[in-house]
Amino acid sequence: MWRIRAFEERLAQLKRADEVPGLIHLSIGGEAVAAAVCGQLRDTDVVYSGHRPHGHVIAKGAALPETMAELMGRAGGLCQGLGGSMHLVDTEHGMFGATGVVGGSLPLALGSALAARMRGEDAVAVVFFGDGAAQSGIFAESVNIAVLWRLPVILVCENNGFAEFTPRSAHTTVERVSDLVAPWAIPAATVDGNDAEAIWAQFGEMLRRARDGGGPALLEALTHRLRGHYEGDPDRYREALSSEEWQRRDPIARLQSAALARGWFGEDEAKTASDDAASTVDEAVAWARQSPPPTPELASSVVYAA
Amino acid sequence: MTRELPYVAAMNEALHLEMTRDEDVLLIGQTVGEEHYESFKEFGSARVRVTPISETAEIGMATGAALAGKRPVVDATMAEFLLVAMGQVVNEANRVHYMTGGQLRAPIVIKAGYGFAAGWAGQHTSAPYGMVMGVPGLKVALPSTPADAKGLMATAVRDDNPVLYLHHFLLLLERGPVPEGEYLVPFGVADIKRPGSDVTVVATGWTVHRALAAAERLSDEGIDVEVIDPRTIAPLDVETILASVARTGRLVLVDQATRHASVSAVIAGEVAEHGLSSLRAPVVQVTALDTTLAYSQPMEEYVLPDEGKIAAAVRQVAGVKAGAM
Repeated sequence: MWRIRAFEERLAQLKRADEVPGLIHLSIGGEAVAAAVCGQLRDTDVVYSGHRPHGHVIAKGAALPETMAELMGRAGGLCQGLGGSMHLVDTEHGMFGATGVVGGSLPLALGSALAARMRGEDAVAVVFFGDGAAQSGIFAESVNIAVLWRLPVILVCENNGFAEFTPRSAHTTVERVSDLVAPWAIPAATVDGNDAEAIWAQFGEMLRRARDGGGPALLEALTHRLRGHYEGDPDRYREALSSEEWQRRDPIARLQSAALARGWFGEDEAKTASDDAASTVDEAVAWARQSPPPTPELASSVVYAA
Repeated sequence: MTRELPYVAAMNEALHLEMTRDEDVLLIGQTVGEEHYESFKEFGSARVRVTPISETAEIGMATGAALAGKRPVVDATMAEFLLVAMGQVVNEANRVHYMTGGQLRAPIVIKAGYGFAAGWAGQHTSAPYGMVMGVPGLKVALPSTPADAKGLMATAVRDDNPVLYLHHFLLLLERGPVPEGEYLVPFGVADIKRPGSDVTVVATGWTVHRALAAAERLSDEGIDVEVIDPRTIAPLDVETILASVARTGRLVLVDQATRHASVSAVIAGEVAEHGLSSLRAPVVQVTALDTTLAYSQPMEEYVLPDEGKIAAAVRQVAGVKAGAM
């Protein structure tokens, strides 16, 4: 979580300094979901994401230098600089896809789950999506097939209350995304997305069930997007949280105080972890900066798989 | 050994052979449990998977399975139904290899029929490949004969990229010689269906046969027509067309698609840029008019290319005055 926070805060700076091109969607404030979900997965468990994937990729194990290089559009990036922020993929760690189209990767997770099951493996596919995607037709289509075929797939909705710039209440009268799957009667739960422990426990249960052949589940995590929809978003459509309120909600601060209270680690170790995250990100930026841009041959040579 | 088979049987034979050869090949779609797929029942319900009417999820799911090592063939029934799932057809699987810097490949085949110009009206008769042929990463095959239907299907299944395999509804029952056993037709290699020296005609799918019929008629008039079928329009074998035009100096482009979304328009552009010095007459395109196909038969005929229109275009580029024959 520290690494994701440090990485994205740095990314925001690099974006303002024009060292990172394009459209950047940050997940600052939502790190607990990525960490508590991906932290329980194996490299053979496939993860799909959407347009806000940085946290998922890092939590799934992608190297920070290659991830940063990708975001800077460099040849040394995860995808040779051809994918960028919304299309981060790291197959080595099971990060299989991120799509820039809301809901676009939902059915892909079904396919990966189907392939794993046909091979007799106990791998599980996880797809992250936002509350906005839940209103798209592809969501209902995908849930239906996942349940019909009892696929080992877990749908993780990061509900930050805003579909791009619009509050959920303007798009639907259904308050909870977890209620949307009621007719299919699969396990579905809504948890506090700023509470890493709660996510860990709830997702863990769904994961065990899916691995054992119990079929799909849906986890809704209520999060808060501290930044705008994208970097540069004037964010005039919602009220900013007071800093006291944010201190109370910040998933990292919460996990840290819970951990300290329970003696999982001491103040010093927490500070070390936080400092290490910052220096790891510094190293990643330095590494990415020395990586050249992709060469023009790639423009046509990678279009088709040979 | 070669024997006569209908186009539909040749296509299914290739698919059957590929499913026998490679257990990762799956058959997915809304109608794959029906009678016309009876012979595929032997592969079992795990590999032959009936889906609900959810085009977007079907193709997206097939893509995910392909990324994970399967080779799904999705029968989408009609080309127009793909329009429902356009995002998954032209904006996901086809971009995966590129956007991941080559980490992932999506070997899926999307099979659909097109061009059912037999009174099926506005939403079941179109030739909508113009919307997809320029989309990077997607290959598009348009078989015109039973042999090509077989060979292109086998190649499509083995290709590591997404392939849109569009079979022509009006050709399904047409019979022709088909090689037995393994038979592959390479992508991006045009076939000269009829050699000729006076005029080059390029046609695809059902219009290949209209062009061949016109060529027969014209040979009686002393015009020797070469008929080229690109067979795949992505990749498109421009070289074979340019080489033919270099010999004949005259080009007629035939396409069942609407003119401004046709393969014809693309070929015309390539020839204008790379073959202009060979041309001895302006290129003529014989395409569908830029309109929706009508239910009424005379109107349908008015809109579509046919043998007479092709012959007239060939006479025009050959410099034969109308009415001279």
